[in-house]
This record gives sequence, structure tokens and C-alpha cells, in this order.
Amino acid sequence: MLYREAGDFKTSYRDDGQTFPIRLDRVAYYAVLIVAFLIVPFVINDYWANAVVVPFLIYAIAALGLNILTGYAGQVSLGTGGFMAVGAYAVYKLMTTFPEINIIIHILLAGGITAIVGVLFGLPSLRIKGFYLAVATLAAQFFLVWLFNKVPWFYNYSASGQITAPTRTVFGLAVTGPSTSAAAKYLICLLFVFILAWVARNLTRGTLGRKWMAIRDMDIAAEIIGVNPLSAKLSAFAVSSFFVGVSGALLFSVYLGAAEVGEAFGINKSFLVLFMIIIGGLGSIFGSFAGAAFMVLMPVVLKNLLVGQFGWATDLAAHFELMIVGALIVFFLIAEPHGLARLWALTKEKLRLWPFPH
Amino acid sequence: MNTQTDIAIADRQLGGTLMELRNITLRFGGVEAIKNISFDIREGEIRAIIGPNGAGKSSMLNVISGFYVPQEGEVWFRGERRGPVKPYEVARLGIARTFQNIALFDGMSVLDNIMTGRLHRMKAGFLSQALWWGPAEREEIENRAQVERIIDFLEIQNIRKTPVGRLPYGLKKRVELARALAAEPQLLLLDEPMAGMNVEEKEDMSRFVLDVNDEFGTTIALIEHDMGVVMDLSDRVVVMDYGRKIGDGSPDEVRNNQEVIDAYLGVAHD
Repeated sequence: MLYREAGDFKTSYRDDGQTFPIRLDRVAYYAVLIVAFLIVPFVINDYWANAVVVPFLIYAIAALGLNILTGYAGQVSLGTGGFMAVGAYAVYKLMTTFPEINIIIHILLAGGITAIVGVLFGLPSLRIKGFYLAVATLAAQFFLVWLFNKVPWFYNYSASGQITAPTRTVFGLAVTGPSTSAAAKYLICLLFVFILAWVARNLTRGTLGRKWMAIRDMDIAAEIIGVNPLSAKLSAFAVSSFFVGVSGALLFSVYLGAAEVGEAFGINKSFLVLFMIIIGGLGSIFGSFAGAAFMVLMPVVLKNLLVGQFGWATDLAAHFELMIVGALIVFFLIAEPHGLARLWALTKEKLRLWPFPH
Repeated sequence: MNTQTDIAIADRQLGGTLMELRNITLRFGGVEAIKNISFDIREGEIRAIIGPNGAGKSSMLNVISGFYVPQEGEVWFRGERRGPVKPYEVARLGIARTFQNIALFDGMSVLDNIMTGRLHRMKAGFLSQALWWGPAEREEIENRAQVERIIDFLEIQNIRKTPVGRLPYGLKKRVELARALAAEPQLLLLDEPMAGMNVEEKEDMSRFVLDVNDEFGTTIALIEHDMGVVMDLSDRVVVMDYGRKIGDGSPDEVRNNQEVIDAYLGVAHD
């Protein structure tokens, strides 16, 4: 079974439109799912969950969200950190106000609240584009962080100004709070990633996705064709913010456990997620995952290499790490400006012809 | 021009009035781009708008498509006076257009580009789209079938999955026509469909324009600079110069109109 589409004839438009048209891709996809859901939970330990897998899954959701807005709908946003904070504080308020309701519902509601906030801050996009919109969303970033710092109601008047996630369970299994097991953290994040990635794929391949891409590629032509720019842009902001909000809620409640807004959701976070989608590939679901994996894994790998392998001092390694990650980003952007997703697509194209490229 | 086409055109039955423009005046600040022009477009005809550069042809097309709202005058469409419309509402009225400088969506495949032509017909709700369930999938497949008919018609089957950005110019023009056709418009506006093409591409495009008119019964209004093409294709021609209408009628009438000859060959304007 080689990587071929020859002989694999599609006889219906339904087959032709499927996500993985090549059989080997489909098999690989199901294999990954089986490993992720049935094998990894039993072997995962605290180090892997906390250092690599859980942050990767959570940032993958944020990257998917930003990719919908920036990659698919063409609206640049630097407010991702702020919107993640909205998700985090929303889930915190919901968890503490309605402790009897399931945490999964809270996380989804937090996404919904973030979607509303996102639409509000998306309104300027109807008038301004590109860099100017980026500046407007930057305002959202700073305003939201300021708001969560200044209004004590948001952090339940706690003395430290921090928010701390109480223990909540799903099917009797703790998923938030200090006693959470690595497997539980992993599974709840994986569940959200799986469903949201599937939703993102469905939205982007259908009517709404075409509206977004039409607005991105040429807004005037899109309008003449019958795309209402108001609803297209605002729906992109809503969906994107929903994803980012869910990711913020998970980051706070499942991963961090306690957070201070300026530190956890500052402008750095906005840039981090933006780098993820630029490196991964704009307008690509796979790219969102690849970018998130790159940005989460690279520091871990470098740290292990420099400290563990070469025996450097930790602080020296930490500074070097920043420089190397920066240099790698520059290198990647020069080598392949369309990101890892394009690199992957090219590899697949080559593989399709291999070993007879002519 | 050969006599056979002459006879063919003379034989064609033109329908009732599809669109009527009455005393249109369009100003941009102090500049009058269109000065008090009236003409009509009848069902099933190919109507050409010609004139030298800067005559106001593209502005006229934008008035017809509702993109510009004239300061004076009335636009009647399908027997009703059309008020000011939002650009995105025009597609729903049954008007589609192509652009002088190709306005395709470069990041999308040919198939997706043509599918966008049917966006205003897609009704599936958000939830159904998000879950790819029921109406969304059914709608996608139904519309895909329609789009495939147009792909067959314009003979672009082999490039349907190619990103539009990679296509050569002539094919891009054809894809743009396909996208406009996918909307199943009553009135199709073509802004210089043959600009920048070589003879062979022009012949292909002319054939497609005639076939569209013939097979789908689509009314076509077009702007074109190539006089040979205009005279061969169109049933009636409007000639504009400096925002005024200087001629209107069959290609032969227009060709022999002294004012039109002056505008093209050039005489001193006072």
C-alpha cells in the first residue's frame, strides 16, 4: 500500500470532497486517533503531560482559532492573549458561581462569552484593514488585561489578585485542581482538540469557509458575488474567539491551575500564537497543529539538549534558547514562507510521484 | 463580417425589456462621468457598450450592477424601479459580473472559486455546517453538481483542483466567467472579457459568450475594445464618448454613424 491516488477512483462528489482523499492518509489519521485516545492515556506521565502534550493541545486550539480569523478570513489580530484571558476569567467565574454544573459546559460557555467579546472588538474590522486592524486588536489586548486587573469582581476579591481553579470532576475523575492526574488533563484537552479541529475543518471547507476566504482574497469581488462583509467578518471573529476562549479556559483551569492575568495572558501570548500560525501555515488546519507543536516542542528540546546533553548552566541555556528559537523562526520563514503546512504538502506531492518523479 | 451571422442575428427573437436605464447622470465630485444617458437591455440579447478610453463605460456597468448609485435617473429591472442596493444584494437579484482586472480569489482552487458563485443560494445553518450534517452536506453536493456542469461547459475539467493563482491569464478569465455563470444570473455583465488575449483565446471566449447566451438564455451586457469581436457578437451596441451616448443600435447602424466614426478616428472636440 504505497502513497498513491492512482486506481483510487472517486465516484461521488461526497467521496471527492472528503478530508483525506488518499487512502494512506485516512489510515494514518485513524491510527493517530487510536493511539491518542486509547494508548497515550495509559502511558503518559506528569513530565510529558505538563511539559509537552497538554500545552501543545491547548495551544493547538488557540492556533486553530487565530488561523480561522487570520489565515482563513484575513483579519489580523494581536488580541489573542486578551481573548484567552476572557475565556479563563469566564470559566473561573462560572466555576465558582455554579459549582454544581459540569466543567465541560462551563468551558463551552466561556468560549461563547469570548465569542461575544470577540465580535465587539471585531466591529472595527468593518472599516479598517491590515496593520490598522492589528493595532485596534492590540487595544483589545491591553484593555482586557487592564480590566481583569482593575476590577476585583473578576478574581472574586482574592487578596493576591490571582484566580485559582477549584477541583471539578468529569465522570468522577478530577480534571481541574491540584489532584488532577496527567491522564485526565490530557484526555479532557484531547477531547476538546478533537471536536474543535473537526468543527474547524467542517466550517472551513463549506459555505462559511468560502465566504471567509473570499473576503480574505478580494473583498470587493466577494461583495459583488453576494457575500455580506459584515456577517462574514463578524462570524470569523465569533468562531475564532470561541476557539481562543476555550483554549484560554483550558489553559487556566486544566493546565495552570492558578493564573495572574498580566503574566499568563499578556501580549507575549498573542505573539506566541501568531508565530504558531505563521510558522505552521496560514489558512491550514494541519498548519495550526504543526505550528503549535513547533513552538511548544522547540524550547523543550533545546533545553534538554543544552542542559542535559552539554551540561550548560540553566540560565545561560534559557537565554540561548530564546535566541535559537528566534533564529529558527527567521530561518523557517526564509526557507518556507508558507509554513510547515506547505512543506508537508510539498513532501506529500513528492511522495506521490516517488520513486519515479518524471 | 460574413452574411450568415448577419442573417442569424436578424432572425433572433428579442424578448421584452429586462433592464431600462432612464436619464442616468453620475458624478464623482465635480466630474460628470455619465451625462443623462438612457438605454435598455432586452431579454436574451447581447448588448455591447463601447467607446474610447475614459468614455464612462465601466462606470455605466457599475451603475447597472448597482455598485454606483447615480445622482439622477432611474434604473428599472424586471419591470420594477430598483432602489439603492447594497453590493452584496445584487447577486440575489440575478445579476452577476466579471471584472476588467481579474478579481478571482487567488488562494482558493478553481472549484472553490466557482462554488463561491453559488454562495448566495446556500442556506444551511451554522450548526449544520459545523457538524457537516444534513443540509450542509446535501447542499454542498447539489451545488457541486451544478458547478460541475459549468466546468464541463467551459472545458476546464483538468484544472478544477488547481489553485487559481497558478493559472495563466486566459484560463483565469475563463474561471471568472465560470464563477459568474455559477450564480445562474439573468443578466451577465462582462467587463472587457477579451482584454489582453491572443487571437485564439479571443475566439474561444467569443464562442463561450455566444454559447452562454444561446444555451442558458442569459442576457449579456459587455464592454469590449476589440471592434471585430463586438460587431460579431452583439445584437445591439451603445456607443459612449465623454460620458455621453453618441450612438445606439445594431452593429451596422452604429458602424455608419458619423458621430461614432468621429469619436473613434478623432476630430477636434470644442
